[in-house]
Amino acid sequence: MQWEVVIGLEIHAQLMTNSKIFSGASIAYGAEPNTQACAVDLGLPGVLPVLNTEAVRMAAKFGLAIGANVSRHSVFARKNYFYPDLPKGYQISQMELPIVETGKLEIELKDGTKKIIGVTRAHLEEDAGKSLHEDYQGMTGIDLNRAGTPLLEIVSEPDMRSAEEAVAYMRKIHSLVQYIGICDGNMAEGSFRCDANVSVRPKGQQEYGTRAELKNINSFKFVEKAINIEVERQIELIEDGGTVVQETRLYDADKNETRSMRSKEEANDYRYFPDPDLLPVVLDDAYLAAVKATLPELPDVKRDRFIAQYGLSSVDAGILTVSRATADYFEKAAELSAAAKLAANWVMGEVSASLNKNDLDINSCPVTAEMLAGMLKRIEDNTISGKIAKEVFEAMWAGEGDADAVIDKKGLKQITDSSAIEALVDEVIANNPAQAAEFKAGKEQLMGFFVGQIMKASKGKANPAQVNQLLKQKLSS
Amino acid sequence: MSLDAEQVKKIAHLARIEINEADIPGYAATLSNILDLVDQMAAVNTDDVEPMAHPMDASQRLRADVVTETNQREQFQSVAPKTEDGLYLVPQVIE
Amino acid sequence: MYHNKTLAELSAMLQAGEVTSVELTQHFLDRIKSKDGDINSFITVTEEQALAQAKAADERIAAGNGVALTGLPFAQKDIFCTQGVRSSCGSKMLDNFNSPYDATVVSKLKQAGAVMLGKTNMDEFAMGSSNETSFYGAVKNPWDLKKVPGGSSGGSAAAVAARLAPAATGTDTGGSIRQPASLCNLTGLKPTYGRVSRYGMIAFASSLDQAGPMARTAEDCALLMNAMAGFDEKDSTSIDKEVPDYSAGLNQSVKGLKIGLPKEFFGEGLDPKVAECVDVAIRQYQDMGAEIIDISLPNSGLSVPVYYVVAPAECSSNLSRMDGVRFGHRCDEPKDLEDLYKRSRGEGFGEEVKRRILIGTYALSAGYYDAYYIKAQKLRRLISDDFKQAFEQVDVIMGPTSPNVAFNMGEKSDDPVSMYLSDIYTIAVNLAGLPGMSIPAGFADEMPVGLQLIGNYFEESRLLNVAHAYQQQTDWHQRCPSGFED
Repeated sequence: MQWEVVIGLEIHAQLMTNSKIFSGASIAYGAEPNTQACAVDLGLPGVLPVLNTEAVRMAAKFGLAIGANVSRHSVFARKNYFYPDLPKGYQISQMELPIVETGKLEIELKDGTKKIIGVTRAHLEEDAGKSLHEDYQGMTGIDLNRAGTPLLEIVSEPDMRSAEEAVAYMRKIHSLVQYIGICDGNMAEGSFRCDANVSVRPKGQQEYGTRAELKNINSFKFVEKAINIEVERQIELIEDGGTVVQETRLYDADKNETRSMRSKEEANDYRYFPDPDLLPVVLDDAYLAAVKATLPELPDVKRDRFIAQYGLSSVDAGILTVSRATADYFEKAAELSAAAKLAANWVMGEVSASLNKNDLDINSCPVTAEMLAGMLKRIEDNTISGKIAKEVFEAMWAGEGDADAVIDKKGLKQITDSSAIEALVDEVIANNPAQAAEFKAGKEQLMGFFVGQIMKASKGKANPAQVNQLLKQKLSS
Repeated sequence: MSLDAEQVKKIAHLARIEINEADIPGYAATLSNILDLVDQMAAVNTDDVEPMAHPMDASQRLRADVVTETNQREQFQSVAPKTEDGLYLVPQVIE
Repeated sequence: MYHNKTLAELSAMLQAGEVTSVELTQHFLDRIKSKDGDINSFITVTEEQALAQAKAADERIAAGNGVALTGLPFAQKDIFCTQGVRSSCGSKMLDNFNSPYDATVVSKLKQAGAVMLGKTNMDEFAMGSSNETSFYGAVKNPWDLKKVPGGSSGGSAAAVAARLAPAATGTDTGGSIRQPASLCNLTGLKPTYGRVSRYGMIAFASSLDQAGPMARTAEDCALLMNAMAGFDEKDSTSIDKEVPDYSAGLNQSVKGLKIGLPKEFFGEGLDPKVAECVDVAIRQYQDMGAEIIDISLPNSGLSVPVYYVVAPAECSSNLSRMDGVRFGHRCDEPKDLEDLYKRSRGEGFGEEVKRRILIGTYALSAGYYDAYYIKAQKLRRLISDDFKQAFEQVDVIMGPTSPNVAFNMGEKSDDPVSMYLSDIYTIAVNLAGLPGMSIPAGFADEMPVGLQLIGNYFEESRLLNVAHAYQQQTDWHQRCPSGFED
């Protein structure tokens, strides 16, 4: 049997506000437990929620960025269930009338195919606290600092047909929310989380299969793995004559398996109803126009512009525009050096590798775009070779100053004086008479050997083009 | 509309309220009486009526995004039944 | 004696230096000590804090910074969160809850310099019409100790009726200020929804709850309203609208006032003796130059069924936070999480509260939501629209507050539905969000009868004016239950 995989994602993006969605407590990450949980967050008797204007603005911004319908009239509802990390016994969310409805995104797969993924809705809600399962007198500890942090839950249509598509969609949203400055995208801190609804059906069948919901998958890698392993499980189950049950499953990265979350399995009846403590959120055209005016250039537009303006390939432009910070870095280096392609190669190559190795963000890159551009200019004007440039880059990374200072201090300026290079060539030929004879006898592969020897003798500083040219002259004479 | 014992148990579970087995028939009876009262609502046709969630025809006011609260953990936890290291404690949660 | 004076009179005496706040406060504290044993109107008496507040008030008055309420003692319904003072809401669940913060109403009254004598008894979580559902025991009606004072603000009503406090705060979700005011011969005002902040008022049904004053006269209610009313940025449902000086509007003439009498409020179920008192009161208004217009509120008959969906639905969710984790009652040795929830809530809540949570849970649950909750909300609009139409014709609506005078304790406690019907004339007002009052209008079988006044949105001033005009012509409101005069 041929199976078709059906995937829909629910992404939770924490909004980068200062305060919580319904209270004046800070949402800063990493505070001592319960020091950022105020009376409202704790759900003390008598407290009431008041909506944060920035949370609304950010949700609207997202809606506008994906060409969705931003609702002029949205309503908060209570989702009722008991859980220790949910202080009021209900989560304030949006149900029937969410703030964002029906948008779409285009994703691009590795083979270059493009696909439109529908975004059903995006709604505002409050985050829950955290349960700490370390042993406290045999009990679970509850930290409510995160309770009330604004979340935008972005719900896709079940439009994805493979784990690869799901990851591409998730990356796209991840990139977008950071571009428009509404989420820091930090997956390690849980600012960007994903649940995946996964089902399979025989190819050609119209109805969807029963789906399992995979909870809180906190990296792109795990999303792919979790979906694939779940798909495998479902197919095996069905082929062995079993049926998939609708349930919540947790991905265990260590064992690379999904398992049923029994604690959440019991029939949920959330008893949604409009929150009587909050009134409808009403937005008018002028408000939406003002928000729209604050939207930055979006990734797809930027990518197309990079292709046109800098002559980059579609793949390179795509990589450079995944994050706004990377795109800005590249663009600055390209503008200042007037060497866009070179800048692109360096940003995607050395810069990105060094950042990865040191686990750094491009915003905290020790080699600034200005410094990189300074170095690129020296490559362009033949002051240094590409190879020497790597050494210059490392020195800049280590804080030894800008490119000119490093080149100067370390004496890395390329040797372009023909007489000096000629002397080196003569010396190497004289020191290797046997190889010279073989070359002259027709063993031209030895060219590389001579170049290597000369570059070594010059400590890499001889201009490779001149070395080649002089060698050829001397050896063939 | 009347509720039977099973329904009462189911609702009590949803509401996380323990009710003694012996009290269930009593609850079933009084709740059924209340539902009989409530069922009078069916007498009026409301097909074209917009539900009214709220007495005021107003819209939500928005609060400036400013941190106004300071740490009051000590005070808040002084009324808590069980805490340790600043955490509220509950029986172990198994996921 | 001080306790036979109104707030307004006591205020004048304080300003004139004829008495100090400490003397007044001590006087009422002494009365509570000697007389509340029979009535049980207070859950907590805050003697030390009251005397400290009184002392500060005296200093403030001496410094010339006093306002009308400065130094005046009053009783606070225990539904309001009071920092450092038990805020039980009449429930075992919150018996140990010393609120870490003050409700907005509490801070406003503090700012005005009013002196809180203590926290008054109430039906548990304000769910009841007789004050028999309190964890702290029933409250007795000072007019007849065998009878109920009404509820849920029964403690506030009994305390003021027995002259244990010159005034009190109350809250009204379906009649909880007006019905006990009626049963105890007091003047009580439920303001327009959104006029008084709900922040720190322990929620029963959020779209219906509203706090207001309970006192002996409309003039005193106006004084309290001046301090209690106003926009609060902590309450999203609070209305940002200027607060008039309620005292300033009291003395306008009621000549030409158009009074609507809804036929639905005078039908079957109304005790004829109550009806007679109401008729007499309305004739009094006619004599004062008001015009009587017969009106109809055709859907108001469904207000009780609608209320018993909307209020339980909201309360079932509002009370979910009482889970034994962050505050309040927690069962001993919970064996797991579910046990913690179920036993803490099973032990902490009384029977009526459990009933309403269960009804509300049911009404919101899958498969019933449309038939109950949405249906109720639609009817709520029809009920509200009835009033809108009526107010195109009339200035105020009048009728009985309660179909009967105070009933015997225990008489209705086994029959929730008959208890619910005692709010048949008050509930529609909450559903619509309108302001309503109850004022003393005579006696039937030697028990007080209340006249209900209903105003258009934000017309508290007019209601107080209309009530005050009546109180200038009658002395029902001055009557004191026997045994409490001295």
